[in-house]
Amino acid sequence: MQLSLGPVLFYWSRAKLLDFYAEMAAQPLDILYLGETVCSKRRAMSLDDWLGLARELRECTRAELVLSGLALLEAASELSSLKRLCDNGELLVEANDMGAVQLLHERRLPFVAGPALNLYNAHALAELQDCGLQRWVPPVECSGALLRDCLEQLDQLGRLRPQVELFAYGHLPLAYSARCFTARAENRPKDDCQFCCQDYPEGIPLLSQEGEALFTLNGIQTLSGRVSNLLADYAQFEAHGIDCLRLSPRAEGMGEVVQQYHAVRQGGLPPLLAEGCNGYWHGRPGMLSAEEAGLC
Amino acid sequence: MQLVCPAGSLPALKAALNQGADAIYVGFRDDTNARHFAGLNLDEKQLDSGLQLIRAQRRQLYVAVNTYAQPGGWQRWQRAVDRAADLGVDALIAADPGVLGYASQRHPQLNLHLSVQGSATNVAALELYRQRYGIRRAVLPRVLSLAQVRNLAGKTEVPLEVFGFGSLCIMAEGRCHLSSYLTGESPNLCGVCSPAKAVRWQEDADGLSSRLGGVLIDRYAKDEPAAYPTLCKGRFMVNGQRFHALEEPTSLNTLELIPQLAEIGIAAVKIEGRQRSPAYVEQVARVWRAALDAYRRSPQQFQVQPQWQAALAAVSEGSQTTLGAYHRAWQ
Repeated sequence: MQLSLGPVLFYWSRAKLLDFYAEMAAQPLDILYLGETVCSKRRAMSLDDWLGLARELRECTRAELVLSGLALLEAASELSSLKRLCDNGELLVEANDMGAVQLLHERRLPFVAGPALNLYNAHALAELQDCGLQRWVPPVECSGALLRDCLEQLDQLGRLRPQVELFAYGHLPLAYSARCFTARAENRPKDDCQFCCQDYPEGIPLLSQEGEALFTLNGIQTLSGRVSNLLADYAQFEAHGIDCLRLSPRAEGMGEVVQQYHAVRQGGLPPLLAEGCNGYWHGRPGMLSAEEAGLC
Repeated sequence: MQLVCPAGSLPALKAALNQGADAIYVGFRDDTNARHFAGLNLDEKQLDSGLQLIRAQRRQLYVAVNTYAQPGGWQRWQRAVDRAADLGVDALIAADPGVLGYASQRHPQLNLHLSVQGSATNVAALELYRQRYGIRRAVLPRVLSLAQVRNLAGKTEVPLEVFGFGSLCIMAEGRCHLSSYLTGESPNLCGVCSPAKAVRWQEDADGLSSRLGGVLIDRYAKDEPAAYPTLCKGRFMVNGQRFHALEEPTSLNTLELIPQLAEIGIAAVKIEGRQRSPAYVEQVARVWRAALDAYRRSPQQFQVQPQWQAALAAVSEGSQTTLGAYHRAWQ
């Protein structure tokens, strides 16, 4: 089982990002995703900065380096940036929008299909395999059973299975909007956001009026309030056709998270219950844990 | 500019037709479409009679097969596409690349529209669907500003359809799993958002509470009007403040943009609301027909009539309307 580090979804300063990747480069990770996937206004790192970081990381880690693209493209300038990203000439790209799929297909470049692409069945996967898909990160709302069915359906179509990377740990990316919810919470217009999301290294918690953590506001992205954690389900992954587990960066403690997953893939016993939610994996509401869903 | 109206029932379809819809879009009675609500949509007989009425008046029928197919139910999506083709519909509205691929190969004559659930917001994404599936139209998600729509229309070869009126999704359509996070059912996979079966109303001494999947979405004082607990439209706590942190209950209304949309070359304006009543469809279709006709008669003199706005406000969520993302002057 491989372990990957997903792209940083939050807006961190350049210094924090560089420190973070220096720390992660020393971790037993097989794939590192770099790049900005949420908001084109976040400019702490330019494309050249990301590529420079990738070159530095190459010196100190054997992990594969991948560049992730923006999920929601609205302005023509964002499409131009995405073109430059696809033309980087060095790194594999994670497509998070069908526009990126088209650009990569035109360039005859293989790509990773990120979790923001709506691929829920083998026929859709086969369509994108024809465009260059080589690794698939399923939408976060997919259950384990749906993934297994997809891969079996792909077998029946006589297609090779892509590498499958499961979103295993972190706040789940749930939605994208034209509106910046962080700016809205701060009573700022989006065009004068003052990059206020940089003040929230793990987003802003959105609670119900009863104090229940529901969502996490992260600019134009809405994440789950709870952290998803599938470590307790580890024993099922191989039989479900999963090759790689994605750990999505949090502001603190990622080294420990990587170590926990690494210990289990090296033969350590997975915990009976892991802190966090795993309802989606079990085909239940994503916010629940298997225990809360009455499954154990 | 075509007027495309929703119909979740035969009476709604007749209302749309009577009020001058150029095209009417419907869904089958299952989870192959994004308005899979109990008791909604047309059965076979109703569809047949609806189609006859539409043909008699030389209008168009579109069928939405616009959810994402799950492997176990693939045949259901295939059958839905085949049925639409057999009916001879004027367009199939779809989002799933698998469904689009099947439709374009099996029924090359079938006119394909990319659903808003396909979430295509840029020229490269539209180009993918055009090149691979030959789509003849795309419905744009409600996230683009008018300037961005204009820019896109100038660059793409795909004719564009935009939402003119109806409930407002604040999230990019097809890019939102909030509903399944709380209830297990999402628009993409189940054709529902904030499903009615997950809703609970609770009345106590303090007032009325609405819950979805057990989660408190909003709480209303005795005299406050209560809204359906669509989960993005509740009042939540953020940084210690209680407010509509994602979106207020409000409807999109773009009557005043008709001249700009026409000038951009938008092919069609879509009215949201297959889940709404025939009376809603009648009211909204009537106003939009009048407005589009007034614009066509004398584009220079076009002015939004106060009675149009009043009629639309009466059927709007929270009785308020907004221009949504269209009004933004910036990115």
